[in-house]
Amino acid sequence: MKFTLMWESLPTLLSGAVLTVQLVALALVIGFGLAVVIALARLGSNPLISGAARFYIFVFRGTPLLLQIFLIYYGLAQFEWVRESIFWLVLKEAYWAAIIALALNTAAYTAELMRGGISGVPKGQVEAALACGMGRITRYRRIILPTAFRQILPAYGNEIILMVKASSLASTITLMEITGIAERIIARTFSPLEVFAVAGAIYLAINFAVTLGVEGLERRYNKGLRLASAAR
Amino acid sequence: MKRLILGAVALVAFSAAGLAQAQAQDLEITIGTEGAFPPWNGTNPNGELFGAEIDLIAALCAEMNATCETVTNDFDSMIPALQAGRFDAIMAAMSITDERRQSISFSNGYFGDPARIAVLDGSPLVGIETVEKLNLDNLDGASQASLDALKAATVGMTIGAQGSTTHSNFIEQILGGDVTLKTYGTQDDLNLDLQAGRIDAAVAENSVWSDLIDSDPSSGIALIGPTLDGGPFGEGIGVGLRQADTDLLAAFNAALAVLKANGTLSRISIEWFGVDASL
Repeated sequence: MKFTLMWESLPTLLSGAVLTVQLVALALVIGFGLAVVIALARLGSNPLISGAARFYIFVFRGTPLLLQIFLIYYGLAQFEWVRESIFWLVLKEAYWAAIIALALNTAAYTAELMRGGISGVPKGQVEAALACGMGRITRYRRIILPTAFRQILPAYGNEIILMVKASSLASTITLMEITGIAERIIARTFSPLEVFAVAGAIYLAINFAVTLGVEGLERRYNKGLRLASAAR
Repeated sequence: MKRLILGAVALVAFSAAGLAQAQAQDLEITIGTEGAFPPWNGTNPNGELFGAEIDLIAALCAEMNATCETVTNDFDSMIPALQAGRFDAIMAAMSITDERRQSISFSNGYFGDPARIAVLDGSPLVGIETVEKLNLDNLDGASQASLDALKAATVGMTIGAQGSTTHSNFIEQILGGDVTLKTYGTQDDLNLDLQAGRIDAAVAENSVWSDLIDSDPSSGIALIGPTLDGGPFGEGIGVGLRQADTDLLAAFNAALAVLKANGTLSRISIEWFGVDASL
């Protein structure tokens, strides 16, 4: 083991962590918004819309993320009309191509989580909301979605961790996030063991922070439940 | 951990050497290549390897009276894989450079192929006036002026190359900080991004560009500036070997000398590159 090399590569690899966190955070925000829409579409009564949502989930959950990244980055660039459209402003950049691929992918998984969460909201709560005279949108915004999110939180924490690891695939489309930088250092030093070990430690640290964050959220959201059971 | 692996590798190598001594005519060599770099080493749709180096491997192994197995490996982990004992020799269009010599040893060079800069038709670099051949080890006045012109014309550009290659080193070290380097896993991915217009220029072996342009006349790719060698490009292409394997190095060098003398090296070069690039 070359410990000096490990120590020297740490700052360079950490500079890649900024990009990793950016990719994951943006993809999660976009993906979550998309997931709520898809989950609602999937639960809706219109067979055409729920069928389309079902198909979307089927395709993006059923194909490898690496393939999706390649298709979006290299695949779409093959078409001249894509390169001449306004979408090219975004798709031209590896950065946005990676975020789009990660967001579309996480949206499919999260939509299924949300669907389960929404279905699991106790009927009594919905009826109570109706009795208070809440409209459909208020009902979703104040009762159904928050309750659903609370229920899926542990599983969604899993999804965030999976996304942090999946972001390493962005290195295949020239992005210099943690894994991309690690590969470039290895190209110069021919020492994969040392450099990948440091890179792995950085991913562990990021996911440790994610775990703590999700646990904190869980505690906060479930405060009411704990108090209620303590009072009994 | 590493010592343990090295120990295991040494043990295997040692027993293999003993075996080779017992039956000297039956030398067994595993050769690592990329299989994604035509016309040097490519893979056809049936999964079979082809190219100048694949033919050369066959000729060398026949000359050394060796049983050879060829395996593929990503280019950027070629040297670690050699050192870990996945194979015994690298034949993957790998340039002989001082940087790599710190980790592995090289046979004498077999082919020398200069690098070239490729752009899309209509690039501002098309028509740039330079000398025809530029050797970075031997810069005379005209060469230096050409290099300066090239540097000035590429300021602010994004230029691509395959990762872990002398070409990416050239972009980083010679064109320098005014250029953004993008690296790719394979030459194919580099070609796709050049053709999509995501990068302003790309650097690779001259023969690789010629092969691409010949196989696809509508590629839209144009070659500009001088052919480049010397400096970070090293001293031609050679067989990469573990530094401890001195017997194997001698065997490769002896076989290469024979193939050079009997014209096999030139013949393979002309067949695949259209020119005699043998060293």
